[in-house]
Amino acid sequence: MDDSTILNITGLRLVSVAGHVIVDRVDLHLQRGEVLGLIGESGAGKSTIGLASMCYARAGVHIDHGEVVLGGINIRALDAEGRRNVRGKRIAYIAQSAAAAFNPAHSLMDQVCEAPVIHGLMNRSEAEAWACQLFTSLDLPDPQNFGSRYPHQVSGGQLQRAMAAMAMSCRPDVLVLDEPTTALDVTTQIEVLILLKSLIREYRTAALYITHDLAVVAQVADRIKVLRGGKEVEEGLTDQILHNAQQDYTARLVAVRGAAANERAAAHTVTPETVLSVVDCHAYYGDFHVIKGVTLDVKKGETVAVVGESGSGKSTLARIVTGLLPPRSGQLLFRGQAMPATLKARDKELKRRMQLVYQIPDVAINPRQTLLEIIGRPVQFYFDATRSQALRRVEELMTLVELPLDYLQRRPGQLSGGQKQRVCIARALAAQPDLIILDEPTSALDPLVAEEILKLLRRLQSELGLSYVLITHDLDVVHRIAHRTAVMLQGEFVAFDATEAIFDGPYHPYTERLIKAVPVMRSDWLDGILALRAQTAAGVRSHV
Amino acid sequence: MAKLIVNRLFLGLLTLFAVSVLIFVCTQILPGDVASAVLGQGATPEALVIFRRELGLDLPPQTRYWNWLSGALQGDLGVALTNKRVIMDDLLPRLRNTLFLAGYAALVAIPLSVGLGVLAAINEGKLTDRLSNVLTLIAISLPEFFVAYLLIIFFAVNFQWFPPLAMVSKGMTFGERIFQTTLPAITLTLLVAAHMLRMTRSSVLSVMSTPYIEMAFLKGARRKRVIVRHALPNAAAPIITVVALNMAYLVVGVVVIESVFVYPGLGQYMVDAVAKRDVPVIQACGLTFATVFVALNTLADILVILVNPRLRQQD
Amino acid sequence: MKLFGHRLTASAAFGAVVVSLFMAISLFTPWLAPYAESASVGGTWDEPSVKMIFGADQIGRDMLTRMMYGSRMTIGVALAITALSFLIGILTGLVSAVVGGWVDIFFTRLVDVMLSIPSLIFALIILGVFGSSIPVLILTIAVLDSTRVFRLSRALGMNLTVMEYVEAARLRGEGLWWVITREILPNARAPLVSEFGLRFCFNFLFIAGLSFLGLGIQPPYADLGGMVRENAAAINFGMMAPIYPATAIALLTVSVNLVVDWMLSIDARPSGAQAEL
Repeated sequence: MDDSTILNITGLRLVSVAGHVIVDRVDLHLQRGEVLGLIGESGAGKSTIGLASMCYARAGVHIDHGEVVLGGINIRALDAEGRRNVRGKRIAYIAQSAAAAFNPAHSLMDQVCEAPVIHGLMNRSEAEAWACQLFTSLDLPDPQNFGSRYPHQVSGGQLQRAMAAMAMSCRPDVLVLDEPTTALDVTTQIEVLILLKSLIREYRTAALYITHDLAVVAQVADRIKVLRGGKEVEEGLTDQILHNAQQDYTARLVAVRGAAANERAAAHTVTPETVLSVVDCHAYYGDFHVIKGVTLDVKKGETVAVVGESGSGKSTLARIVTGLLPPRSGQLLFRGQAMPATLKARDKELKRRMQLVYQIPDVAINPRQTLLEIIGRPVQFYFDATRSQALRRVEELMTLVELPLDYLQRRPGQLSGGQKQRVCIARALAAQPDLIILDEPTSALDPLVAEEILKLLRRLQSELGLSYVLITHDLDVVHRIAHRTAVMLQGEFVAFDATEAIFDGPYHPYTERLIKAVPVMRSDWLDGILALRAQTAAGVRSHV
Repeated sequence: MAKLIVNRLFLGLLTLFAVSVLIFVCTQILPGDVASAVLGQGATPEALVIFRRELGLDLPPQTRYWNWLSGALQGDLGVALTNKRVIMDDLLPRLRNTLFLAGYAALVAIPLSVGLGVLAAINEGKLTDRLSNVLTLIAISLPEFFVAYLLIIFFAVNFQWFPPLAMVSKGMTFGERIFQTTLPAITLTLLVAAHMLRMTRSSVLSVMSTPYIEMAFLKGARRKRVIVRHALPNAAAPIITVVALNMAYLVVGVVVIESVFVYPGLGQYMVDAVAKRDVPVIQACGLTFATVFVALNTLADILVILVNPRLRQQD
Repeated sequence: MKLFGHRLTASAAFGAVVVSLFMAISLFTPWLAPYAESASVGGTWDEPSVKMIFGADQIGRDMLTRMMYGSRMTIGVALAITALSFLIGILTGLVSAVVGGWVDIFFTRLVDVMLSIPSLIFALIILGVFGSSIPVLILTIAVLDSTRVFRLSRALGMNLTVMEYVEAARLRGEGLWWVITREILPNARAPLVSEFGLRFCFNFLFIAGLSFLGLGIQPPYADLGGMVRENAAAINFGMMAPIYPATAIALLTVSVNLVVDWMLSIDARPSGAQAEL
């Protein structure tokens, strides 16, 4: 260990008050100016480790054992005042949600300047000048006056950058970045990623970059450490992990993320019959024109994906199709026949043939019902089945979605996220529908779990001839499962074509932005984007 | 923001109007024939006729309501049924006495309980907090008259520090008033402070659980600074709401306390009227209490608007 | 010691024991009481003796007997009030939350106006016009109390209505009754149960307070609040007579609150104030 090691954690162990081991003897070391990526699925303990490197544990968790040596000093051995002195000054935290991390009662400048002033590094006016400089390097609008605004007055991406400024205000030795871009849209994410990388490089700050997205961390990290269940799985240089993983778990994580390159939707499931047709629909929320003339059709056995960022109106489109939001004009046709616009006007048969699978399985199924009740109710409701008929059908369905039969009497609280989503799919299948609308079905799941669900959906389509409308923002998923794709921006379709055609080009400008913003599993991808942008800028300048 | 405040004031006035209608409906429409409801089964036909004439029950309800309301707005609340006195003459001084007692208790209770509530939240889980939790739990469970009698036994009968009955009259000096009303005020304070302490504590605790508080700690701010600069500004709105809610407890408590201490306030006036089934007095007292209550709530809502940082920074 | 699968604290155990004792005694009073309800067995405010454990009341009846019958009456009335209030409040609250629209607006505005008058004042107004018979008391206080239950149920309902599993049920075409009883109510059980305990305490104190003012349960029925009123004059002679029924009221209320507090703390997560720094 030479003196360029800035952070050295040995034997870290964190335990919950109930006695569960959350982090089990993890070691970590960081050189000055180096970026270490902490990768893992939810529950791996990565956030906990990030906070523990500041000697902080959330309520209900306790640091049981371990040394945290920052710049040669074991901060765990310090008293409370000593630890407080280090936080914010020598090691700073960037949280996942900027909206939650800022105090709504104070201006952004007040909060960005707080740390250097209370640590006695600068007085208020020096801190303000430094803050404006940071705002400028973070590409925030009107940097001289940006600080006078309040958190609720700026956008999510801007707030995230403001949080980065707040963290850098004391010029710390180490930055802990806890999923800093996860909550952002794909196109915003890439901008923030570029700025974070340049910030880290410019000030030679060491950083712990915590995320679940391998492709993202590959752009910024020098080394990657893979975690699972609170233990370390593997650690190595970025390229080594990406191309030459030693452990099976790591290899699977890499494979899942890169699978989109090879897989395509199975063509043989599609038949010529049209199941759903949406013709020139316009919809309003009050006066707000939310859906502007959308036309869409889905064939039997086909998957049509609707891609867009938040605010594009894709979830609203789902509400129109299911009848929760009647359109002001336009037609809805199901299997060739006009559908009543409102849910109330539709008969049971029509409702049965169209089912919905939601994004967050925790709230999609009633926590106080057993699986038998959840999956069995549609069977009884739609088909007037007797108890024993329903029971048999539920068992068939559970086998179909690969859930063990002895889970019948279990409640959702006893299931994992992936299992809950299988229950949601089984519930949808119980109605024997023609069409299933899937609203971000894998977004809330861990990558390996999402993988399994995706495989399940493909198999079901092939076996049962189901049609899917897949609403998502995840382009990888679209690649692998959708036959045709619609790209949605601010309430209208900017493109609607076979998936290959969409992704191979030529592009609508928004489609291009969207596609190019998704990180690819190559460590030099971001640099490539930057180089391309520099070229384009130089090209523009040379023509002026 | 000014628009919000004006809206809230308007809503308050509207509520008062609705409340007056509700009171009128309950006292004069709901019973059907008010005369027989009040005088009972054994009333003679002549007594019923006289009763109806005195209350003007032969007029249609809208007219009666309008007469009553317009009179009230001009300060004429009518005449008592039982002793024929002008209601306003008896009501006003009693209202003053009640407001004095309630104000005395509020002035002591509010700072005490909000301060202790904040302290309890800051020290959550420690011995002081758990002790205060049990003590306040007991305090909110005790009936008002129980606490009053205990205090009387100790301080008035045993130690003889204060008089057992609160005798207040016109022409007393301020000091004498304070002395007479101290025991009832202490009783009221004990009851209301316990409620306010518990609610303040839970409001502050919920603010302390927010991510921005965690962020402040992670920036290296001291506990005191986090509480004063980060937590309290955001806890102000819920605490104001808590205080307003407890002014309702105060109004309810005042009525019982006035009975125990035989204090000449509005509560006692109303209780007597109810016992004697004196409908005009009941209406007048009900309207007065409701007006005070609605005014307090409106004030609290306006304060919450003023304190909200999002609204103060409108571009 | 465990109750319903969670560890009982000492205070909650104490509370649970006292509540059970009160309930049992009130249920079996006619068989357990030493004397008849209105039997006069001693002189005014006799001191406690072997014959009368708490002494005599203002007309010589055994204080203990009167307290037992009083508990029975007051607890019974309070339970009736709370049950009726919950029936009204939960029904209107959940229907408002699920159906929305003008039904919601109507009930919410009505409740807002009703809550603008303090409950004691409102009760006094009604009692002043209709008199203090037991049915009137129960109905009046129940309707007044149901406003609070309405607010809680509506808030719970609004939180739960936006859950996707409720939307899934509606998309299926399930009727209003199904959605309320099978989807929403089972998930609102816990807060409603603790609220029942709290409202019971409030109503119990309320009816005792009204009786203390002479406007609640009327003689000859024994009632704890009324007993405090009847024996109040004894204080002037330094005698403890009104303290006994008042203590009984306080004891029951404290015990219920201890149990409810324990129930609420089961679900509570450690707050941010306890983070390790």
